[in-house]
Amino acid sequence: MNYDFDVIARSWQYLFKEGMTFTLTLTALSMVGGVVLGTALALMRLSPIKPLSAFAGAYVNLMRSLPLVLVIFWFFFLVPWLGAWILGSKDPIKVGAFASALITFTLFEAAFFCEIMRAGIQSIPSGQISAAYAIGLNYRQAMSFVVLPQAFRNMLPVLLTQSIILFQDTSLVYVISSTDFLGAASKVANRDSRLLEMYTFAALVYFVICSLASWGVRRLQARTAIIR
Amino acid sequence: MKYNWDWHIFAELEPGASGTYLAYLIGGLGWTVVTALLAWTLALALGVLVGTLRTLGRPGIEKACLAYTELFRNIPLLVQMFLWYFVFPELLPQAWGDAIKQMPPPWSSLVPAVLCLGLFMSVRVAEQVRSGIQALPRGQRMAGLAVGLTTWQTYRYVLLPVVFRIILPPLTSEFLNTIKNTSLALTIGLMELTGRARAMQEFSFHVFEAFAAATLIYLLVNLCVVLAMRKLENHLRLPGYIGSASNAPQAGH
Repeated sequence: MNYDFDVIARSWQYLFKEGMTFTLTLTALSMVGGVVLGTALALMRLSPIKPLSAFAGAYVNLMRSLPLVLVIFWFFFLVPWLGAWILGSKDPIKVGAFASALITFTLFEAAFFCEIMRAGIQSIPSGQISAAYAIGLNYRQAMSFVVLPQAFRNMLPVLLTQSIILFQDTSLVYVISSTDFLGAASKVANRDSRLLEMYTFAALVYFVICSLASWGVRRLQARTAIIR
Repeated sequence: MKYNWDWHIFAELEPGASGTYLAYLIGGLGWTVVTALLAWTLALALGVLVGTLRTLGRPGIEKACLAYTELFRNIPLLVQMFLWYFVFPELLPQAWGDAIKQMPPPWSSLVPAVLCLGLFMSVRVAEQVRSGIQALPRGQRMAGLAVGLTTWQTYRYVLLPVVFRIILPPLTSEFLNTIKNTSLALTIGLMELTGRARAMQEFSFHVFEAFAAATLIYLLVNLCVVLAMRKLENHLRLPGYIGSASNAPQAGH
């Protein structure tokens, strides 16, 4: 077996310019979307209005019981039909792989972010909410000025760790043939028959990025921990 | 815009003519369960070992185990799957590598999938075991050693029996994750449940029926595992321990 690591030098521009850009954009956008939607779901889940909390609970449990690959397939085929239904068009609309992946990851990760935010909100002593109401804040103000800022702060390390997992999970868009970092590596690998070199290189890149990121999260955790 | 629902598709023969589409999907479930159980056995064995070693207080061993944990945690599962399937046989001596590559179809993807998932999940099990041991009052270890037990005996008869009962709930969710993660094996050609639902969609063009059936089966499997484990948890719960490490929010799938 002869190795040819030159294939990386020949293709790194494609790998990073096309692939890594796709991966990072997808990660960042679905992280923001997931946290926003997840927080909304967490508020719904904790709300005293029964239908709201039941819906949020069912949604979260459904998403958490299904493999991500299956969810990716679902949305890949479902989004064009849903789009047509919303726009009232006769045929399924065309949705790009990126848009499809973005919708999937936002909706899927929202379930996981929801559980984290729920724990964060529940970690705030109930006296704080009572105090907020006592000084005349309404529900929206109590949540957005008192509870959520503290919940975010408490949960920041977990939210970021989940985002690192999200970054790893974006590699699954491979199953709908998207050109994310792994997809790009796989395309080059198959074109040049250099599977060993390309997959080892991809593993190395993911390893370095994720190690640095989790090291950063641990540092942040140590710095932002509130001493009680 | 109109989608032609046709639930009768499940009674039709799949192209391989091995049986109906329904039987085809159930067969896929079988492979999912076999892969998950084999991987879970490996994960438990390695995870308990590594998790325990990390609490021994020997810096050298702890560093090695930490490196093991970081290695499997920081590479996406799909990339690990490709490494086991495409790269691992090349790194072995020629004859062994060829033997792995020439195994007949389900085995040639089942073996890498089990190894990959087992090692990936072992890291998560190890973390649970480690945090479980560290959550025990340190007096327990001291008391064990004080009555003359060796370190091995202290772990075997004092610490681990309690730890297993405490970490059962988080282990349940890790087992559920193992079942879900077997779906990634479809990328290396293992025709498990998700893979067969995908294939059924390609053969029959009945996208949503195929995925709806797979979704339903996954939900049922989940329900069965959760109910069975809840029984076991109630049976094994330690009086005095209300919750466990599982109450702390954790990132993960």
